[in-house]
Amino acid sequence: MQAQREEAGVNLVELKQVTKVYYRDDFEVPVLQKIDLEVSRGGFLGVMGPSGSGKTTILNLIGGIDVATSGQVIVDGQDLGKLNRRQLAEYRARHVGFIFQLYNLIPVLTAFQNVELPLLLHKLSKSERAERAMTALGIVGLADRAQHFPRQLSGGQEQRVAIARAIVADPTLLLADEPTGDLDAKSAADILTLIERLNREFEKTIILVTHDPHAAARAHEVVHLDKGVLTHAPAPVG
Amino acid sequence: MNLLGLVRVNIFRNKRRSILTVMSVMVALFLFATLRTVITSFQAAVDFADVNRLVARNKISLIFPLPLAYREQIAAVEGVTGVSYGNWFGGTYIDEKNFFAQFAVDPETYFTLYPEFIVPEDQLNTFKRERNSCIVGEGLANQYGWKVGDVVPLKGTIFPGDWEFVIRGIYNGGTDDTVDKRQLFFHWSYLDERNFMGQGNVGFYIVQTRDAQLAPRVSQAIDARFANSATETYTETEAAFQLGFISMMGNVQFAVNLIGFAVVVAIILVAMNTMMMAARERISELAIMKILGFTDGAVVTMVASEAMLIALIGGGLGCLIARVLFEQTGFTMGGFFPSFIVRETTIVQGLLISALLGGLSALWPAVQAARLREAEALRHLS
Repeated sequence: MQAQREEAGVNLVELKQVTKVYYRDDFEVPVLQKIDLEVSRGGFLGVMGPSGSGKTTILNLIGGIDVATSGQVIVDGQDLGKLNRRQLAEYRARHVGFIFQLYNLIPVLTAFQNVELPLLLHKLSKSERAERAMTALGIVGLADRAQHFPRQLSGGQEQRVAIARAIVADPTLLLADEPTGDLDAKSAADILTLIERLNREFEKTIILVTHDPHAAARAHEVVHLDKGVLTHAPAPVG
Repeated sequence: MNLLGLVRVNIFRNKRRSILTVMSVMVALFLFATLRTVITSFQAAVDFADVNRLVARNKISLIFPLPLAYREQIAAVEGVTGVSYGNWFGGTYIDEKNFFAQFAVDPETYFTLYPEFIVPEDQLNTFKRERNSCIVGEGLANQYGWKVGDVVPLKGTIFPGDWEFVIRGIYNGGTDDTVDKRQLFFHWSYLDERNFMGQGNVGFYIVQTRDAQLAPRVSQAIDARFANSATETYTETEAAFQLGFISMMGNVQFAVNLIGFAVVVAIILVAMNTMMMAARERISELAIMKILGFTDGAVVTMVASEAMLIALIGGGLGCLIARVLFEQTGFTMGGFFPSFIVRETTIVQGLLISALLGGLSALWPAVQAARLREAEALRHLS
């Protein structure tokens, strides 16, 4: 793994001629067509495109949630296509933090417990888990709301808890799928500022899928996806 | 929090539903424990039987007597180490619903052949001395508040008249829960002298053999001795004798088992459906956990554990309540079941059924959780 990382060099993520086809009953639905993409270590990539263009599919492939029909998806030198389901689960647990549009917190767990949840997959003591969870909540500014349930938080606060959950295991990569899609403008701006900070201060590599040009403007580089085909565009000045 | 903590949180996420599910499992297993105890109570008399004891009765029917004169001849049979005798009395104590067994027995030998009835020696000696005395079981004494020295009035049915007995001893069964502690024993001679239907007759002989292996030979020898006489005997093991009583009631055990099974299954199906619904509602959360990196195995284990825990809590409570309730109230179904105790084996069976219920309830949701593909799950979440 270490040798592979050294070989990977500056790129954390590489997609090489990646194609993804879904099969619905007897129909083939091509979603991605021979995508080539690189994301540098510590980079911040925005992915834009209309609905159904395959943006989420790219995130799913990089996140180890789905498997490419052909081509290679290489993250930190590891070809994800060579991993079985169990190995992909371990890869997600150790290397990937997910931020969803609808937060996807567990409603019966407190903010603290939601953030602690991914740490159950790591060999940590109870006190170590608690320390990390509180640190993560502190980073997102919600240490004082640790014992609140999701229903007791605003949308913006829920998303910040989700971000804390995404970073608590110190993943290599953060994948954000429309993280501000369900938020008002002020909350959305706060979330984007937080995501930027994770990239700038904590050097997290971030891939952000969004419809929102304001969100995309925060990225260092933006690519466009349309009907499964990738185009590049320079980052907007802003 | 750990995985067990997650299981605990999920069980109590909908307290009302969890409590109702636990209660329905509890009711089902309470019924199961009760019905099983009906069956085991039928069996108790058989289980109580000693392998070294035989019962000799009139070959025609138990209701016909045997001559007391047979005693010496039975005692002379090779392999016999003890002989006692008795009569079923069948009287009424105040009201017919106060049913309990009453026997007229030989005071000198009966309790020697039945060491399971533990009587303080001084009480036994007093009983032997006084012809109008009796020994009662601890269960009867507790139920009616009897003490040594109290007089028990009985109205004869088979042997008409008013009969009074002075309690001179109270027996218990020690740790043996098959001992029927609701019986009354009095002197056979007291019955015989007042028996206007004829004297010198007994209802049955109790025969102790030197070795259980001798039982068939001794039985045959006794019956051969009185074959072709005016009063032939039929001798069998005590267990077979008790089984004969049970079989008189027809296939009650089968009927109880069948009805009980049907009722319990009906309740369990409802509980299973509720648990399956609860698990299905959480497919989204299971999807999130899989996306975060929890394996199929971890998710399946969690789903199964929740169902199992609810089922075991309900099942454990049902069996425990049955055990405590019948023990504390001294329930005997009007004396029909002298020893109505939910046995440990019944509780273990109940817990196994609960575990099976939990496993079956979790099966479909667990399969669904295992089959859930992360990409599909993400679409579901969106």
